[in-house]
Amino acid sequence: MKRRDLFLAVLVLIIVWQVAAMVVQRPILPSPIEVSKIFVTDLENGQLAQHFVASLWRVLASTFLAIALAAPLGLLLGQSKRFNNIFSPMMYLLYPIPKVVFVPIVLLFFGIGDFPKIIIIFLILFFQVLVLVRDRAASIHPELIQSVRSLGAGRRALFRFVYLPASLPAILTALRQSVGTAVAVLYIAELFATQKGLGYYIYYNGSTLFNYPAMYAGIVALSLMGLGLYFSVDWIERRVCPWQQA
Amino acid sequence: MILLEHLSFTYPKGTTVFQDFTWKVGRGEAWAVLGPSGCGKTTLLYLLAGLRFPTSGKIFIDERPLTRPRPHTGLILQDYGLLPWATVRKNAELGLQIRSFYGPDGKHAPDNFQLATNVDPWLERLGLGPVQDQFPHKISGGQRQRTAIARTLALQPDLLLMDEPFSSLDAPTREGLQNLTMELWQEQNLTLVLVTHAIEEAAVLGQKILLLGHPPNSSTVIFDNLGAARPSFRDTSEYIALTRHLRKKMEER
Repeated sequence: MKRRDLFLAVLVLIIVWQVAAMVVQRPILPSPIEVSKIFVTDLENGQLAQHFVASLWRVLASTFLAIALAAPLGLLLGQSKRFNNIFSPMMYLLYPIPKVVFVPIVLLFFGIGDFPKIIIIFLILFFQVLVLVRDRAASIHPELIQSVRSLGAGRRALFRFVYLPASLPAILTALRQSVGTAVAVLYIAELFATQKGLGYYIYYNGSTLFNYPAMYAGIVALSLMGLGLYFSVDWIERRVCPWQQA
Repeated sequence: MILLEHLSFTYPKGTTVFQDFTWKVGRGEAWAVLGPSGCGKTTLLYLLAGLRFPTSGKIFIDERPLTRPRPHTGLILQDYGLLPWATVRKNAELGLQIRSFYGPDGKHAPDNFQLATNVDPWLERLGLGPVQDQFPHKISGGQRQRTAIARTLALQPDLLLMDEPFSSLDAPTREGLQNLTMELWQEQNLTLVLVTHAIEEAAVLGQKILLLGHPPNSSTVIFDNLGAARPSFRDTSEYIALTRHLRKKMEER
């Protein structure tokens, strides 16, 4: 994504929004100017910022947890036919279930606080990383493995010099693909049993206080968070996987 | 250097490629193993590399039974041998890095291994200096095989195993690399076993040629070709006569 294209996209969205606001003329669709005013004040007085940080922490913690658990398991499944035969059917049964359906159950089991929210986003990322890393590990040419073994590599060196670097791009692809879903589900998860997070902020302002400009400010913050995460993954990929650049 | 004693090898699926097969390779010899695809020549190389194990019989290398990949054996495959995410230089360093990773344990690396990762002389010797920071998919097939050679020779092997190393290259590049292989074989005092399906390649590089046929292979059919392994050999009538003879023998088997 080029910087200029992003700028243009933002500009077009703001114009469309402004025009729509002028046509509708209702409090439920405030103009972008009104929203940006409250965005700035709420950011400055810490209202919005604290919710933003709470949400970001939940996303980052679950991302970390998902990679830490799914990547090694994916490598194992990709390399061992036997394990793959045992676990794949299970994975294919669980993978297509929209994880958002587990929200009530997870909340029931893990109660209030950050942990249940982290678990829900974790579930989404976990399967995505698992599937992609497994496929990547399974697609490593046997010739590559054999020739690295002939250089003296045992299991540990193969992991360090072949499997780990081979699975990095798969992890990053998985993250890029699931950042959007993760943010969407974060919103749902934050509707319940919390007073922190952008989901709460949006819902509280929109449905309880009827403060629509603040609600939109929350939505903008959510969108910016998704964008920021997406760019971070891109940046890491350019750093860690330079061979993928065409 | 190499001794195969009454070796048999059967794939789990049931194909027997070698049955009571005995073969000897002397130190410093240059062998070509010639045969059609499916004759078991790649399997033979994997057996010699310690990556597969015989169903029965024994393999000795340097008078020791072979139980795992041996630090002083180098293996070069046709393709896919390089790490796609590492530059030419990093690929050339890989063997040394793996040795440093384990340290001189006598299993993954020789006991007397000195920790070192300097591959500059090899990059220069093989003309890879200008492309050392490129990734494998950005360089030519010939340069990729040179990188594989650099990586292997940086470990100072005494036995070099090559599986169809040049068959995906165009003719001039192939001849250049064949000449290079001969030079390195002499320079580094290597024992060379090169597997190929190309009669010309076997005749150029093999001072001795082992002909394999449809499996199971049990008798060794060997041709002496002591004129080989010199660059001018391709132009001699001896070479032409040998290729004709080999072609006939290959059809008979």
